[in-house]
Amino acid sequence: MTAELIHRLHFAFTITFHYLFPQLTMGLALLIVVLKSVALKTGSEQWDLAARFWGKIFGINFVFGVVTGIPMEFEFGTNWARFSQLSGGVIGQPLAMEGVFSFFLESAFLGLFLYGEKRISKLMHWFSAVMVFVGSWISGFFIIVTDAWMQHPVAYDRLPNGQFEVLSFWQLLLNPWGLLQYAHNMTGAVITGSFVMSAVGAFYLLEGQRENYARIFLKVGVIAGVVASILIIFPTGDLHGKYVARNQPAAIAGMEGLFQTETGAGMVLMGQPNEETGQIDNPIVVNDTLSFLIYGTTKAEVRGLDQIPHDQWPTALPLLFYAYHIMVGLGTWFILVMLVSAFLLWRKRLYTARWALWALLLSFPLPYIANTAGWMTAELGRQPWIIYGLMRTSEGYSNTVSASNGLFTLIGFMGLYTLLGLLFTILIYREISTGPEPKPIEAQAIHAE
Amino acid sequence: MMGFIWFWLVAVMIVGYVVLDGFDLGVGVLHLFLPHTETDRRTILASIGPVWDGNEVWLLAGGGTLYFAFPLLYASAFSGFYLPLMIVLWLLILRGVSLELRNHIDVGVWRALLDGLFGLSSALLTVFFGAALANVLRGVPLQADGYFFLPLWTNWKPGVHPGILDWYTVIGGLVALVALTVHGALWLTIKTSGDLAHRARRVVFPLWAVLVALTLASLAATIAVRPASLNNYFQYPVTFIVPIGVVASLAAIWFFNRSAHSVLAFLSSSLYLFFMLAGACWGLYPTLLPATTGADRDITLLRAISGHHTLAVGLAWWAFGMALAVSYVIFVYTKFRGKVDLQTSVH
Repeated sequence: MTAELIHRLHFAFTITFHYLFPQLTMGLALLIVVLKSVALKTGSEQWDLAARFWGKIFGINFVFGVVTGIPMEFEFGTNWARFSQLSGGVIGQPLAMEGVFSFFLESAFLGLFLYGEKRISKLMHWFSAVMVFVGSWISGFFIIVTDAWMQHPVAYDRLPNGQFEVLSFWQLLLNPWGLLQYAHNMTGAVITGSFVMSAVGAFYLLEGQRENYARIFLKVGVIAGVVASILIIFPTGDLHGKYVARNQPAAIAGMEGLFQTETGAGMVLMGQPNEETGQIDNPIVVNDTLSFLIYGTTKAEVRGLDQIPHDQWPTALPLLFYAYHIMVGLGTWFILVMLVSAFLLWRKRLYTARWALWALLLSFPLPYIANTAGWMTAELGRQPWIIYGLMRTSEGYSNTVSASNGLFTLIGFMGLYTLLGLLFTILIYREISTGPEPKPIEAQAIHAE
Repeated sequence: MMGFIWFWLVAVMIVGYVVLDGFDLGVGVLHLFLPHTETDRRTILASIGPVWDGNEVWLLAGGGTLYFAFPLLYASAFSGFYLPLMIVLWLLILRGVSLELRNHIDVGVWRALLDGLFGLSSALLTVFFGAALANVLRGVPLQADGYFFLPLWTNWKPGVHPGILDWYTVIGGLVALVALTVHGALWLTIKTSGDLAHRARRVVFPLWAVLVALTLASLAATIAVRPASLNNYFQYPVTFIVPIGVVASLAAIWFFNRSAHSVLAFLSSSLYLFFMLAGACWGLYPTLLPATTGADRDITLLRAISGHHTLAVGLAWWAFGMALAVSYVIFVYTKFRGKVDLQTSVH
């Protein structure tokens, strides 16, 4: 295994595991604000307890997000030193801003939200929830800005020593790629949050317990879920896809498995791209659809991989194709499940429709898969570039860190993260089985003496 | 000028990190042997529960600041110190998880395991951070392109091709371990009461004696390992105020701890950490990472600094953002001021 591959796997593995947590954090943060707002407005004890319950889940999830997030910033330097040396002046900025503008805010108010409820007023507690939401969404923004610059570099200049420098700070922050990706990504986070909340509600109802809380969770989860499931496709996914098609033709050709340039290109629903023959094996195709989706007319020409030099093809073509198709396929499922559930909710039949509750319960892992697949699409589509069109991935990794050292720490992370994953599952399961009305902690403390 | 400003801004972030996360790391070390009962343990953890995560943000924000202000240094040092940094990451993960999750499962064995893990990872982190700083002060075998790769150990002697760990960097690690344990104990004297606070205060005395000895040894060793560290001091003799500050703050720790002025004693140990770090930075300036392979290979301020426009833009948002950040920090510490009361800390 080459050093380049090891360093790529190292980053890919640690970031994939990491992002399982922030997507729920960011999605739940919004839903907790909703719960706290209703509680504040109506003075309902139940909505307050519901918020506190999700606050606990949020807290556990946040810890895992923090501890798996710290390595990410470090890995820019440890594993991608040559890339960092040249690009630090640009993307070091949003990464540092994330710490300065988001993490201080988030950690301060989360401490207050989780530990300080008895020390502050109800309004202040609500405000803490809002600030945690704002902090986590700011954090997401700066990470997207960082990625967007690697995908679509703007507002830069090159110094004589090869380093990149920011020319316009605002253009860096308002990179159109970043804004589209941010809208799409945050909608994806809300989908994860709403599916998880709905699934817990469905679980309680199917178990026949805590029904009043289950109804709150389902109401908030399904309403947020139906809105987000629509927004993820239209307009955010649609606009983002069109922007990718214009700016990264190789990526879109790889995602769609389009080997030959076509007028009236069809969309492949399923199949296996075969790089050797340049064809899709076992294809199921809908005619003309791709041209329409990208250019708004069925007659438009879509550039295939044949018009792209082979050394600029995405390096993991089949994986890119599968990741994209998994994301889109699941996105379709989300709309279906949430539209049906929302309809049943409106007709007041959701709480007794066991088949719909089962569908909601079993769907909770799918947004995680879809979000992961979406990020894989973005990052695999960027290959073979680390900064699109400017710097190749093969020029970016740390060449003082050998493949063997990289593998050593990759295995270390795999072992550690397996443990963390197990631990997380156990803890979340415990919280869900304890539910929103646990015995008070003081009682536990005295009991433990 | 920009170089001078950003050198000291990064230094400020490092001092902020060491002073703040330093006390919760020290509390972690003490957690291994200071508490007698479950209530003690909960009290100790509650004293840092709402703030440790925010304290750790200084590390991330400082790392990010280093990244964009001195990209070459960030790239070279992080890849060169690859293995120890990865170990630091694993320890940070274990520590965060064990601290936050020990109260989530009400089983004795589980809590004992996580208590041990929390204490051990805290102790190892202090040693690694101290050793890391000592590595920078001693220098590393930089190649002509500004990169290097250090093994964890070679022959345990500082020289042209040292390891991460040699006798000099081990002293650095021990200084950090003892200094932060004292710092953590003083924090506990502020935040706890009764027998626990009394024990925290008593443990400072023997540790203080060790710290004095280690501090003097580390100063002598630094001068022996890199005599150039003294250049700035002789050029600007007024800066000898820094080592004097180290001695004075050490004395103040002992004095205020003896007279049970907890807050002043804690501030004194914060000052001690400040003077130690400021002294080290001043000994380096304007070098950022000295080369053991010849001074012409040193990574200097001029060589590593980002473009002027990047830094000018950075200064604007950094000043604004850090002003906000400091206000949150003050706000949170104010909200959680006073002795820990297990009754009001819901979690």
